[in-house]
Amino acid sequence: MTATDGQSPLLEVRGVSKYFGNVIALKDISLAVKAGEVTCVLGDNGAGKSSFIKILSGVHGHDEGELLVEGETVRFKSPREARERGIATVFQDLATVPLMSVWRNFFLGSEPTVGKGPLRRIDVKFAQETMREEMRKMGIDVRDPDQPVGTLSGGERQAVSIARAVYFGAKVLILDEPTSALGVKQSGVVLRYVVQARERGLGVIFITHNPHHAYPVGDRFVILNRGRLLGDWRRGEITRDHLVTQMSGGAELDQLTHELESQLEAT
Amino acid sequence: MSTTAVQPVADERLANIGLGARLLRRPEVGSLLGALVICVFFWVTTDSFGTLSGIANWTDVASTLGIMSVAVALLMIGGEFDLSAGVMTGTTGLLMGLLTTEWGLSMWPAIVLTFVFAAGIGFLNGIMVIKTKLPSFIVTLATFFVLQGINLGVTKAITGTVRVAGLGDVPGYDSASKLFSSTLWAPHNFRISVIWWIAIAALATWVLSRTRPGNWIFAVGGDPNAARNVGVPVARVKIALFMTTSICAALVGIIVALRLSSVQAGQGVGEEFTYIIAAVVGGCLLTGGYGSAIGASFGALIVGMAFIGISFSGWNTDWRFLFLGVILLLAVLVNNLVRHRAEGARR
Repeated sequence: MTATDGQSPLLEVRGVSKYFGNVIALKDISLAVKAGEVTCVLGDNGAGKSSFIKILSGVHGHDEGELLVEGETVRFKSPREARERGIATVFQDLATVPLMSVWRNFFLGSEPTVGKGPLRRIDVKFAQETMREEMRKMGIDVRDPDQPVGTLSGGERQAVSIARAVYFGAKVLILDEPTSALGVKQSGVVLRYVVQARERGLGVIFITHNPHHAYPVGDRFVILNRGRLLGDWRRGEITRDHLVTQMSGGAELDQLTHELESQLEAT
Repeated sequence: MSTTAVQPVADERLANIGLGARLLRRPEVGSLLGALVICVFFWVTTDSFGTLSGIANWTDVASTLGIMSVAVALLMIGGEFDLSAGVMTGTTGLLMGLLTTEWGLSMWPAIVLTFVFAAGIGFLNGIMVIKTKLPSFIVTLATFFVLQGINLGVTKAITGTVRVAGLGDVPGYDSASKLFSSTLWAPHNFRISVIWWIAIAALATWVLSRTRPGNWIFAVGGDPNAARNVGVPVARVKIALFMTTSICAALVGIIVALRLSSVQAGQGVGEEFTYIIAAVVGGCLLTGGYGSAIGASFGALIVGMAFIGISFSGWNTDWRFLFLGVILLLAVLVNNLVRHRAEGARR
């Protein structure tokens, strides 16, 4: 299911820059996302990750450079437009309404209806069955479709968002820090969904500040630092340790991290 | 194709969803139980509460209250308040009164204009809340006082008194009052407003549970950002809810005005809190995103039964405020529990 070289990437940015007043948020970023690949975008806080996602998902326009969807130059005016082109963004914790049931969340904004005129109503049966089916594909058995999303675990909630994006025809899935608020086990669950989305032929952009989460699932690693592209490696071109080092900006900091981690583990 | 596909794992924590748990998840259960308790209490302790005429009495109080609390419940589920809802019943009644008795319109055109005016006020409330991003509590508090001032000022300036009277002589009064303020089933005289109330509650329930806009109402109240991210028109939904509330206020204003064939300038002031109490007693969360129209109707029924029950019992009717305070407190405590169960169970 891996895309062959020569096929135009699902999503590509060429020399993209973004300025907020006199602040350079992003400078000269280039990146191509292919079908069946996981591209990890790493960076510390303030590295420009959020600005980058916002350009890709249509929230912000870019000031320089080109944005291409399947080889065609585009300029998104709204997130809706990006979604219509098959680019779905799963925002961390901003994607579901906790008090609403799983099936209502799944179809929120794109509810299937039956009937006409004033009798037009949501096709509840179809919605519930489709939701269960799609969630089953992700390995989750939702027994009670009326269960509020808030009672699901953090990982399962991400799964609802991902399953929804895939169901509504996403070709590129942008995951914004999907593991940052989760525990170790739940993070593992989400990483499995990432791999699954790749297996289903989607191009995945996985944004994270945790190289340990990125390394096992990524086909390609891009590090952002202070709005610029610090490096771009394919899987196999970089070791986990090197990635961690690059990411944290030096061996010193890396050592400190591990020291602190072992201390925390000891207590 | 997928080698990593995970096998569905039965989650033992989701296994048993009994009827009891399902029932408790409904927002209106508490208010239904409360209504039953109060009904039985007054039925047993007073003579007239359980008679057909007695029932006509308390359903009458509950009906105008219920129409408003259903609308206010929708608005609260959508995450907003409308403190001008009470005074609007006065403003719209006065407007219809002035249009007919002072400016010579016949009843039906005046009714149409009154509804249009109410929709306009609701639109203004909505657009101000959306544009300023201020809490609707503050914005509609301002509307409340502005309208209260206008009601008194304009009425006094035009009629020289604090009431608009003589609606009974206006052409079209008979047909209009047939629709809005007649009674059914003599000699018990059930009010037709009860039919309006049931119809509106049924319609609201249908919209909330089975239509796309209903889904959006829950979403804009539950988490506006998430709603916006999936393409729900948040501003439009909220403005429509404010307009619905004002239009329902106009309906109640017209019902009351036609019933008495006159309107007091102070009509409806203070009622807005009773609507909110009825909605909260019916299971609506003050923070939005949760509640039901049926629950709000039960809430209105509880208030109506208590008001009439208290006077049938021969107690001083001032005690009804104490009652309102106590049931509000109880309801908020219960709702908080429900919310924690639904929202935070496994955070």
